[in-house]
Amino acid sequence: MTNLDQYRESLKQSGLEMFELCEKQMLKSKEAFLTHDSDLAEEVIHTENRVNALDLKIDRDCERFIALHTPVAGDLRFVLALRKINFDLERVGDHAFGVAKYIIEINTPIDPKLLENLRFVEMYDSALSMLDDIKDAYIDDDTKKARKVYKKDKVLNKININAFKVISEEVKKDPNLIDQYLLLFSIIKKIERIGDLITNIAEEIIFYREAEILKHQKKKKVRKPGK
Amino acid sequence: MGKEKNENVIESSLKRKYKLQAKDVNVFYGDFQAIKEISMDIKANSVTAFIGPSGCGKSTFLRLFNRMNDYVDDFRMEGKIFIDNQNINKKKVNVEQLRKQVGMVFQKPNPFPKSIFENVAYGLKIQGIKDKTFLKERVESTLKQVALWDEVKDNLNKSALALSGGQQQRLCIARTLAVEPSVILMDEPTSALDPLSTAKIEELIHELKHKYTIVIVTHNMQQAGRISDYTAFFYLGEIIEFDKTNKIFTNPEKKQTENYITGRFG
Repeated sequence: MTNLDQYRESLKQSGLEMFELCEKQMLKSKEAFLTHDSDLAEEVIHTENRVNALDLKIDRDCERFIALHTPVAGDLRFVLALRKINFDLERVGDHAFGVAKYIIEINTPIDPKLLENLRFVEMYDSALSMLDDIKDAYIDDDTKKARKVYKKDKVLNKININAFKVISEEVKKDPNLIDQYLLLFSIIKKIERIGDLITNIAEEIIFYREAEILKHQKKKKVRKPGK
Repeated sequence: MGKEKNENVIESSLKRKYKLQAKDVNVFYGDFQAIKEISMDIKANSVTAFIGPSGCGKSTFLRLFNRMNDYVDDFRMEGKIFIDNQNINKKKVNVEQLRKQVGMVFQKPNPFPKSIFENVAYGLKIQGIKDKTFLKERVESTLKQVALWDEVKDNLNKSALALSGGQQQRLCIARTLAVEPSVILMDEPTSALDPLSTAKIEELIHELKHKYTIVIVTHNMQQAGRISDYTAFFYLGEIIEFDKTNKIFTNPEKKQTENYITGRFG
């Protein structure tokens, strides 16, 4: 293994560590939210420092890789992609942190029936499953697996749109609970955003493996002539 | 008849967009085949880099464009080399004229053991130019072109051998430019130079491409990336890939090219 290969491998491992850390943060914040466990929420909040530290380390290592090894072609695409993947994962970590913060702030647990109406657990699990898929795609450099997350993201988007309707109806029934509803809506927004970040990571994996740029392609497809 | 004439005109103008062309070229040194069936079109006013491991045939191929290989024992070539659509291997071609048109810069600076002025004026003098004013003007303009004038203008009579390596190399480029070539071949022109002198030569190459067609052999991948418009990757006498430099260094078609440019093979 050349020096360059070793460095690249160690970057890849750091990326994987970031995946695992953010996945754990998401799992814990989900559990803390559903069980209203403020201790677990505190743990998520404290671990955020580790996420930030790893984010800085990966950024610094990527910079060194570029400066010292002047990578080209596949190596260059990998390091460019990893910087973005790292950025996206750090944002995923931020959202898990945000959810944990809400748990500390609210006094009463959310009504389970409302969570069911909102398909909250289904949404959270879909986001977790997307994160797991994209982690596997990253480990195996598998663009087929990476492409799987687009379909799952559609589920998140649907639940997000539906949540707006459900919450507006519930608020009309009991306006006193508006604070809880708004908070819940903002958590749902966060999960929806996590889905988008994961699809960004999929784009980056496809970019570094296949040199194909998928970013902004959706918008182009929409603008068909005559439409 | 009119249509045929028009087609001929279009065809020849299309051909002219290539300054240098190689068609089905094979080169042998005795029994050893150094170049295998290479065809290549090189655009005018561009920089083309030849990369590849030692012994892959890139220097041999470069030297075909000014027939420098003619002096090598057992050298034999098949195929055709064209410059501006003229086959340069025809018997009637004046090799001295060809080398005036196709200048060459080598790995090691090789100034003549003469003054700086004489080095630049040499090519013009052997062409019979004696007009001192003309020679002075040409020496000055050429030294300015290679960004050496300010460093040597007060010492034009000093021996060229007293210059630094980087200055000597720029002087050699000036010597090449003085006879107004249209093509410059460079065989690892900066491999013996420090980073600052290298940067000056690279800057110079960037400036010169507006007026000249430049082909450069280099082992420095970053240099090829920095200065060239097109890159050809040679391996075992064949061209594995020839494309825009942008493409070669970001997303090469062939795995072999990627392995070479990323330092994993060769």
